[in-house]
Amino acid sequence: MSWALRMVGQFAVIAALFAAVAWLSDRPAYRQIPEGSAEMMLTFVHGADRRGECRRLSPEEIAKLPPNMRRAQDCPRVRRPVYVELDLDGRNLYRASLPPTGIAGDGPSRVYQRFVLPAKTYDVDVRMRDTARSEGFDHQRHETVNVAPNQLFVIDYRAESGEFIFR
Amino acid sequence: MIGVIRTALRAGFELIERPFERLFSPALNPLAQLGALGFFFFWIVAVSGIYLFIFFDTGIERAYQSVEYLTHDHWFHAGVMRSFHRYASDLMVVMVAVHLLREFAYDHYRGVRWYSWFTGLPIIWLLYASGITGYWLVWDKLAQYVALVSSELLDWLPIFGEPIARNFISTGTLTSRFFSLMVFMHVAVPLFLLFIMWVHILRISRPKVNPPRALALMSLVALVGVAIWKPAISQGPAALATVPSPVGLDWFFLPLYPLTNIWGNGSVWAFLGAFSLMIALMPWLPPLRRAKPAEIDLEHCNGCTRCAEDCPYEAIRMVPRTDGMPFLTQAQVNPSLCVSCGICVGACPSSTPFRRTQDLRTGIDLPEFSLKELRERVVEAASGLVGDARVLVLACEHGGAAGRVEGTVVLPCVAMAPPSLIDFVLSRNLADGVAVAGCAESACYNRLGVMWTEQRFAGMRDPYLRARVPRERVATIWASALAVKKADAEIKAFAGRLAKLPPKPLRSPHAPSTASRSPAREPADLGDET
Repeated sequence: MSWALRMVGQFAVIAALFAAVAWLSDRPAYRQIPEGSAEMMLTFVHGADRRGECRRLSPEEIAKLPPNMRRAQDCPRVRRPVYVELDLDGRNLYRASLPPTGIAGDGPSRVYQRFVLPAKTYDVDVRMRDTARSEGFDHQRHETVNVAPNQLFVIDYRAESGEFIFR
Repeated sequence: MIGVIRTALRAGFELIERPFERLFSPALNPLAQLGALGFFFFWIVAVSGIYLFIFFDTGIERAYQSVEYLTHDHWFHAGVMRSFHRYASDLMVVMVAVHLLREFAYDHYRGVRWYSWFTGLPIIWLLYASGITGYWLVWDKLAQYVALVSSELLDWLPIFGEPIARNFISTGTLTSRFFSLMVFMHVAVPLFLLFIMWVHILRISRPKVNPPRALALMSLVALVGVAIWKPAISQGPAALATVPSPVGLDWFFLPLYPLTNIWGNGSVWAFLGAFSLMIALMPWLPPLRRAKPAEIDLEHCNGCTRCAEDCPYEAIRMVPRTDGMPFLTQAQVNPSLCVSCGICVGACPSSTPFRRTQDLRTGIDLPEFSLKELRERVVEAASGLVGDARVLVLACEHGGAAGRVEGTVVLPCVAMAPPSLIDFVLSRNLADGVAVAGCAESACYNRLGVMWTEQRFAGMRDPYLRARVPRERVATIWASALAVKKADAEIKAFAGRLAKLPPKPLRSPHAPSTASRSPAREPADLGDET
């Protein structure tokens, strides 16, 4: 094999490898949801009420505390779980009791759930319980929404206003 | 089980390597330059990345716009650089993956080589972290997908109080500072990667960190060609209110991302953990049996440094003299790094089988296979040779001739045989020719054994093969352990050539035997010259 021919062969092998790499760098395309479908996401971070009531400390108890740690009330740290339900067109899609986060169980509960759905109009009903009550719900929202193909429909909860946000 | 996989993989590599060696020559064979090509592509990524940073804007809207500007308005320099940046990163992944598989296939990861294997693991993690943070910066649909899936993966770990994936579901939650943070990550992680790459080669003598110029030049030209043929482009701006689907995935950096949808994040982490654990433990599954390390005999060491220079594992260093002899230094072996390949024995000028001492000793020797024993085995193997073309084979235990019995002495590495041993065999008429049969030329088990042997025979590296040794009676045969037929065929062909040669003249002034090829020759003398 002549020197030039050999060089051409070497270059051809390298170029073919590089071209294959370039091709695989964005192909074949990946479809994470089927065509004509959308995603609904239920996600929020919210701390429920604490498990117990705060207790007012007596003057003697306050006096026993170090001066820099004196406080009027003793509140339990552990929070209650947040209970949440999501219905679509009257059928339950998700329900869960979300435990508080943190080693001591004093952090907020959190949820991050994705649902792949056909793109169409839905009756969305979301409910949440974050207090000591055992029945009924503290927050809820019902709405009819049109979900477009490839739309990411997010259901969030805003603690400041105490309401669910649809976007 | 691991041995079966290793052998199968090795057979696969052999299928590709031989044609590559023929086309590229062993010196340019890309499969023997995978580590060096990995470094080469890293530098291309680094230089192109610095160039692209000049144009990049970290604003939440402007990040995408700035990448579009450099891709389309300045395609002839910045656009090409972007393609360089992406494709060289992908090629680095390919080089790392094939390098890992090849080192496994050729059993280059156990024993003292555990260190390079083990430090390769963080390189894989850091390489992926570098690439993934880079895709994030473009802030197109792929970036949005990468951001969402990456953060969901991280959220699965019990580290973050609030799901960080929530930052990528609406525009209001994302600020420009986030891109500043990602730029910092995309610079810091590759810098750390470079540091680990340096650590990776610390225990390797003469590591190949630059590919041969011809190979580098061809790679560069091919990269320019591919950058013009298929420029790297964005996939439309990120739109957080939509699902980025379909998306053109980089299958080199993101092959596990679709699996998060199929397996779930926990399973992907379990897979990554199991893979990492398996890679980390492989050097000890099972551990390599190690022969006793080389030992220095100070009486015969003049501190010439040749053993230290030839050791492929940085196992020998020169230290100040301790025995009062009039030399500045002496060799010192680090037992934890020595693989007992014997290359140092072949490099030592004291390693000459001509020595007449009863107990043949040299400056550095293997306790379990000494030079004296080597000489005895050579003489014994040669004594069984008959015919007109008696070939003594010095075979590497990792090469294709290792399984031969007749007239063969198997060594840990052919470079263990000092060139004077060839001279000894031919001048003593122990054989008509010597075949030195090592590993495949571009896959030397002990990295430098083939190269040192060739250079010593060519008179380019101490200790030289003396000029008086008839070169037509010496053959070097490079064949891997699986290429037994090739090794046998080349040995037979060498014997055929020997048979056609005129009778061998006796050159050694003190040789006891005659130059005739009589099968019933006298027993060889073991030494006479020093």
